[in-house]
Amino acid sequence: MAERETDAHTGVETTGHEWDGIRELDNPLPRWWLIIFYGTVAFALIYWALMPAWPLVRSYTPGLLHYSDRAKVLRDLAQLKAQRAAEGAKLQNASLEAIEQDPSMQAYALAVGQSIFGDNCATCHGAGGLGGKGYPNLRAGVWLWGGSLEDIQRTITYGVRSGDPKARVSQMPSFGRDEILKPEQIDDLTEYVVSLSHRPANVAAVRRAAPVFAANCAVCHGADGHGNRQVGAPNLADGGRQWLYGSDRASIHDQIWNGRGGVMPAWGHRFDANTIKALAVYIHANAGGQ
Amino acid sequence: MAGSSWAAHGRLERHSLLLLIAIIVVVSIGGLIEIVPLFYLENTIEPVRGMRPYTPLELEGRDIYIREGCYLCHSQMIRPLRDEVERYGHYSLAAESMYDHPFQWGSERQGPDLARVGGKYSDGWHRDHLADPRSVVPESVMPPYRFLAEKDLDYHDVAQKMRTLRTVGVPYTDDMIANAVTDLRDQDNAFAGGAGLHARYGRNVNVRNFAGDPERITEMDALIAYLQMLGTLVDFSTYKADAPANQR
Repeated sequence: MAERETDAHTGVETTGHEWDGIRELDNPLPRWWLIIFYGTVAFALIYWALMPAWPLVRSYTPGLLHYSDRAKVLRDLAQLKAQRAAEGAKLQNASLEAIEQDPSMQAYALAVGQSIFGDNCATCHGAGGLGGKGYPNLRAGVWLWGGSLEDIQRTITYGVRSGDPKARVSQMPSFGRDEILKPEQIDDLTEYVVSLSHRPANVAAVRRAAPVFAANCAVCHGADGHGNRQVGAPNLADGGRQWLYGSDRASIHDQIWNGRGGVMPAWGHRFDANTIKALAVYIHANAGGQ
Repeated sequence: MAGSSWAAHGRLERHSLLLLIAIIVVVSIGGLIEIVPLFYLENTIEPVRGMRPYTPLELEGRDIYIREGCYLCHSQMIRPLRDEVERYGHYSLAAESMYDHPFQWGSERQGPDLARVGGKYSDGWHRDHLADPRSVVPESVMPPYRFLAEKDLDYHDVAQKMRTLRTVGVPYTDDMIANAVTDLRDQDNAFAGGAGLHARYGRNVNVRNFAGDPERITEMDALIAYLQMLGTLVDFSTYKADAPANQR
């Protein structure tokens, strides 16, 4: 070992090594650093003792506090439920109409409905419920499957073509793709549908299409094209401002050809009954009611 | 500092063989502590009903999910926190990712958590949204994946993938592997009925034209099939969240 000596300037011992004439002071580690270091070691030991830490063969060391995230979240959720219980119980026992007539219940339902809507429904129906192509506008007062509180509640609970046994189901045939009608018949029908809303259309085509409409379309859309909410068939005589897939000639033709129908998931297994009630009240109120 | 222990350490440092042995001892202890618990990983997985291996189509969808880096912005991990459970549904269980190799928990939420996105939206919405996210969610920052609908799914090696996963513990049966290609085609066919699929994978398998084009099986079909399955497998009606064994 090299000679240890004391540095004359600082009075600190050197490490005794010398590299190219450079020697190194052997200062101790800074006290603050050592304290933090031993502190973290102590923290680890205390943490192991208090909290779940070491995995064992069948389980793990639960720690003296027996802390569990899962137990905590169940407590938190139970607390949340209790907080909502008073208002929620009122909702549970009240009819949808009664909720809408009672200002305090309605305010509560609207608040719940708004937050649930934003999180779950707005993804398709738009932030304000204004919809888009293929996604119904919920503010226009135009309802494919009915716009009463009960109708809305049922649609939310079971969905549309969702696969749920109680879902609202109908299927418009793909008259073109499945070759049920000839292409020229579909051209004529497009004119016919345009004419139903008293828009200018090819008169000869409309005349040719009348029996085709009666034989193929009227069963769902009605003889006068006013639609049928039992099967979600839209009113074809309302000018088409809210038609799901558009109301210009190309869109009408495309819809007769392909017969699309949207799917709305069933929400009954995601939300409890009170939440769905609140949502129905919210949507109903937003649309101006029916 | 006490002189004797440092002197002993000094001897150790000067004797290369002793030092080597001491290093091996220390590294072994560290290694054992890190590695041994992995052999008992099973005890962290809750017993649940309903979990099944992914169907061939879902498996291909998962591979597209990984290929496109969906996990970079989407997590699949609902943490046991009140607000997360309120928004996304039941917190994720270990059992729900036990057949994921690698798991898709993710670490960032540029977009929402997808652990329970299955069944939340329609296939049509997924189609519109993947092709052009801003057409349905105006404030979205997700890039469009329109090409998925145009690209035929390459599934020639799906059976090999299943065999590989079996070696790391996913319980694919010989029957499942032998019928991989048939099952994949059947799942994307609304008219196939899916009897074989249901016999092999249980009732909880969606069978339909996911991306809407009955003529083809595209990457969009596989991805939507995967997304529509996420979080729907465990039967929560039989899961006791408050049982002591499940509170950990």
